[in-house]
Order: sequence, then structure tokens, then C-alpha cells
Amino acid sequence: MPRSRSQSDGLLDRSLVFVTGKGGVGKSSVTAALGLLASKAGKRTLICEVDAKGDVARLLDCEPSGFEATEIRENLWLMSMNTEEALREYLRIYLRLPVVAKLGPLAKTFDFVANAAPGVQEILVVGKLCYEVKEAKYDLILVDATSTGHIVSQLASPKGISELVRLGMVKDQVAWMEDILYDEAQTSVIVVATPAETPINEALELAGRIDVETEVHLGALIVNKVMPELFSRSEEEFFTSLQDPKASKVLDKVVAGDIGTLLKGSNAALDMRRCAAPYVERLMSSAGDTPVALLPLMFGVGTGMKLVRALSEALSAEWDELLWRD
Amino acid sequence: MAGLEALIDESKIIIVAGPGGVGKTTVAAALGLAAADLSAKKVLVITVDPAKRLADSLGLVGLSSKGSRVSSAELDKAVGHKVEGKLYVAMLDAKSSWDELVNRHAPDAVTRQKILSNPIYKNISSRFVQSHDYIAMETLYELYRSEQYDLIVVDTPPSRHAIDFLDAPSKMADFFSSRLLKWLTIPARNRLLMGMFRPFYQVADKILGAQFLSDVAEFFLLFESMYAGFVERAKSVAGILENSSTSFVVVASPESVPMTEAEYFVSALEARHLSLGQMVVNRALPAYFRDPAAILLAHKLQDAYEKFAKEFLQKGSSLQFIKESEYSQARLEALAERVLLEVADSFLNFSGVSIDEADEIAKLPIDEELVTLVPHLNFDVSDLISLGKVAGYLASGAEAPTM
Repeated sequence: MPRSRSQSDGLLDRSLVFVTGKGGVGKSSVTAALGLLASKAGKRTLICEVDAKGDVARLLDCEPSGFEATEIRENLWLMSMNTEEALREYLRIYLRLPVVAKLGPLAKTFDFVANAAPGVQEILVVGKLCYEVKEAKYDLILVDATSTGHIVSQLASPKGISELVRLGMVKDQVAWMEDILYDEAQTSVIVVATPAETPINEALELAGRIDVETEVHLGALIVNKVMPELFSRSEEEFFTSLQDPKASKVLDKVVAGDIGTLLKGSNAALDMRRCAAPYVERLMSSAGDTPVALLPLMFGVGTGMKLVRALSEALSAEWDELLWRD
Repeated sequence: MAGLEALIDESKIIIVAGPGGVGKTTVAAALGLAAADLSAKKVLVITVDPAKRLADSLGLVGLSSKGSRVSSAELDKAVGHKVEGKLYVAMLDAKSSWDELVNRHAPDAVTRQKILSNPIYKNISSRFVQSHDYIAMETLYELYRSEQYDLIVVDTPPSRHAIDFLDAPSKMADFFSSRLLKWLTIPARNRLLMGMFRPFYQVADKILGAQFLSDVAEFFLLFESMYAGFVERAKSVAGILENSSTSFVVVASPESVPMTEAEYFVSALEARHLSLGQMVVNRALPAYFRDPAAILLAHKLQDAYEKFAKEFLQKGSSLQFIKESEYSQARLEALAERVLLEVADSFLNFSGVSIDEADEIAKLPIDEELVTLVPHLNFDVSDLISLGKVAGYLASGAEAPTM
């Protein structure tokens, strides 16, 4: 039995955390950063890539992993979801079938059926994740989940399966999966967005759908790549005055160069921030009780482990109380 | 876009593809607008999932695969002069497009009704993401054949890989012609043959339950009656990709992940002998961020901002905002220091990003003429006016946009 936990538990105190969001918002880097934090805190952490594009492996500067989890650094394991192998494992564990020989055509057929009835493919993904929670080999499983379009059907798949499959072993097993998925002390979803119209709208829509169509707990909304504030108010006033032609001329002389291009650059940055601000505000005001965390746009760190480190530092510096109970 | 006019002239279909989150829908809509402006064509833009405000401004209310016209007065206003062409917009409705397909191919009313109410079918048509790729192609084919439009611009659905869209028709044909399909329908068809497959069905029954399997079997049996028409259809749909009047516009943003995916798509087009009409790199930072003199100056400023702040306040003491400032000299100096340092820091931050972007763009194995940059815009593309501006960038290219 999983130990019972209070509602105020931090995200990383849970056993199964899905990270989702529209393509391009950086959910893989957020997942990797959370994984790094959890593993450093001594949690045995498994990151599962559902889309299997290898983004998390690239970010953590390591080789992509297969279905079999590989330990990539202390306390941190990585695996790629593969429904065919999940099915093989399932059959091996639950039916004790003498493997491969009989499974060849069967697995193929299942793949085919799974294509026809999406519930099957999705239950295999969710089933494997819940199985790992049940086995308790890891303290925390972080899922770099599919993007927004797909995640609801994944999270709702046990329900969907009970509607489609009215009998059989799968039906029985759906029950314990639901116990794990729909227990907010164990399972949570994080939705990642960037401060632009479509990602924010999709995040809010998804948050609503998770609430209505599934019983999975929404743990947090994360806005990634938020432009930092350039100036305080008095600084911005001063900056505006600098753009007066007379002032710029003086400054040109002082620095012996064309300050105009630099000022144009700051203006562009100010514009970008101004453009993004209403979306962040909209998300905050529509989020209700769900906590919203902001992560800054990371300059000059490129990608890979440097980016993951920078994000994990930002997460623990600003959002520590969201991640851990203490 | 150097060859935009030629592209619009020569194409009957433009397929806009690329990874998610790069502004594909905006580019598709702007391309449609540019086409209506640069030619006298009757243009249709089919979008899949437009941002709400853009959909509203285009007059897209609710789902409809039928085109609705954007008023010409609105169009004229958007581009600032009289527009010759006509612009229509439509939004893909996967569920009802599937139903239409069934209506068209079902041999009789009973079969049709059975298919429409089969749980497996319901699942496929509404939730099966890959099926969106196919149905988008199918809708495109139907509209193309109707010859109602001179040019159709298609915004492709967000899928795991942009390439899925190209393979959707052949995958769909494979899907329905697979031998496995026959396997699954055996129990319903032939009790005798069933014996041979008993071990398989025992396992499958045990896992999934007999009801589910019979739903699956029923679905495929029903579909079999439409099978020939369906496979034929999927092949014709695949055929329109190969028309010489079909062009592809690939959209990416200048970061390494989307660019890699876009490149992969471009090479997949090549492998299939399909023609890349244009590659649009969206949200590129302006070129002045890479100006060496400006970068040098920013470094200089970063190193000696205190000195420059002091000198500026001395030499600029007669400037009105300094003369009349209510702040003390020390406070003013601190303010000037922070502002100058921030200006330098932020410029160098963006320079770094911009240089990375330029590297990504330079790495593209594509003829320079085929690459169009659309700048990072300081406004949201949420109405026709702003869409008109994007259309302008598409038409002229944007090496050094003003921001």
C-alpha cells in the first residue's frame, strides 16, 4: 500500500507526475530539470519519454534509452515508452506466456487493434507507468508526456477502456490503475506553456479538460521562457529619456559609437515582454487554485545539460515550496 | 519570399507543414491572404486548430469544413488597397468529415447506421489523432476535385512528426488492406477456420474480453463492404500530393529542435520527389542584433558602464530630463549605471540568440532563395490587419525588419 499523504504535498513528493503542454514550449526540458532536482535530493527517479523522440536524453547529454530503463546518473533512470514492448512485458507478467514464439503475430495484431481502438495503446502506456508505481522500484516517475492533444485520452484511458472492454482481465486491472492515477497524493499533472496566445489557451483548455474528463489531479501550471523584466519603473523612465535625439547624441559621443542600435535592441525586448505579459496574467487569473510557476527565458546557456541545470536552479530558487513539502 | 508570386501562380494546392508551436497556422492564413492579394484567384485556407482570436477575426465560427468568405472590404482594409482575389476560410472537422466519408462509401443505409454507431468507429473518428492526418487529406481531395477554388492552402494538423501527414493516405490504405484485418474478422466469418487460430483468440479473449473483439470484428466486417472504394480513394488522395501543381511550404522557428525536424521533413519531400515551394523561418530576431559594431559597443559598455554613466551625466547636464530631475546626483548616477548595463546585457543576450539562429539558418541544406524569414513580431497576429503585415513579410522577405 502506498503511504497516505496530505494534499499539500509537493509535486516531487508524489509517485507519478505527468508533464505535458503544446509542442515547442519546452516540456522535455522542464521534465529533465525536475528529474535532476529529484535525483539530487536522493529520490530514485525514473524519467519516461512517451513520445520517444529522445529529447530528454539529448537534454541530459546522454544516449537515448530503450524500453528497459538505464541509469544515467546517480538516482536517475531514463526509459522510452514503446507500446509493443509494454504489451510483451504485460503478457509475460500476467499470462506467463512462453514468450516470443506465440507473441509474434499476437503482438502485431495488438498493434493493429491498438491503432483501431486508441484506448488500447493508451492503456498500455498508462498501465506500464502504473505498474512501475506499484512495483515501487522508484520513488518518483516523471513522464515527458505526449502533447496536449493526446494526454487527456491517455489519462482517461482506464475509464474509456472500461466502456469499450466490458469483460476480461484488462477490465479488472483498470481498477488498480485508477486507484493510482486518480489519487492526488500519488499522481499529478503539470501543464507547461509559453507566454503566447495559443500555448496559454491550450494550457487553460487542457486544465479544464483534465478537471472535467479525468479524475487526475492538476498539480501546477508552468509558464516557461518568460522574458525577465528589463527595468524598474524609474529605470524605464530614464531609458525613455535616453531615446530623445539630443540625449542619444550625447551618449553617442560618450561611448564613441552608435548607441541607437543598442537602444533599439532594448526596445525590442521591452516590446516582447509587453506582448507576452497579458497572457501570463490571463493564465494566473484563470488558474483558480492551481499554482502557477514562472520560469525565465534562459539566455546564453544554449541547450543540453546547461539549460537543464539553469532551469532546475530557477525551479528550486523560486518554486521550492511547490516542489517539496518542507 | 522571392518566388511567392510564382508559387501562387503555379500552385493549385499549397500544403503548409512543420513542427508544432512555430506559427504554422498563422503562416498558412497569411499565405492565403497574400495569394488573394497578389493574384485574382479564389483562395481557400483550411486550418485545423487556429488560435481563437484569429479564428474569430477570420469569421470562423464553429467547426465547418465548408469555406466561408472573408468580406472583401475587410481584406482591402488588411492590406491597405483593393484586393483582386477572394479569400475563403474553413476549419477541419474530423468527426463529421469521417461521417461524410462513411455516408459516401457505405453500400446501404443499414451498414451506414451500423458503422456510425460502432464503438470502435466512434473512437477512430473522434479521438484517433493519426486519423486527423488522413481526414485532412481526404477533405483536401474533395475540395480540390470540386474545383470550387483556384488555390487551396492547407494548414496541416499537429502530429508527432510533420512527416506523418505525407504518409497518412498510404498508411490508411495499408491499414484497411492488411492481412491482419482478415484475421480479426475470422471468428465472425468462419467457425471452421477459427480452430486454427484458437490459441490466439483464447489469449485475446482473456485479455480484452469477447465483446471488445466482436466489436472490432464487426467494425472491420462492416468496413470491408466499403473497403475497395476506400483503398482506391486513399490512393487517389495520395496522388494529389504528387501533382505538379501541389507545393509544400515548410515552416519552422529558428531554434535547433524545430529546425532539425523541418530539415527532416524537407529531406523526406526530396526522397518522395515532391517539391519544396518555400521554407519559412518564423520569429527570427532582427539582423541588427548580429551587427559586429553594435556587439563591440555593448561589450565596451558592459565593461565601463560606471565610467560612461558618470560622463553622460556630466556632458548631458544641460539635457532637460537631467536638469529637471528630482533625484539626487548619486541616485541619478546609480540609475544611469543600471540602465546602461541593462541595455548592454540585454543586447548581448539577444545577440547570442540571434547568432545561434543565424547558424541554424545557415546550416539549412536549402537554396537560399527558398528561405524566407518572418521576424519576431511585436504584436499578436490576432486580426486581419496584423495578418496582412505577416503576408507583407512573406511577400518581401525580412532581412532587417523594424521592431
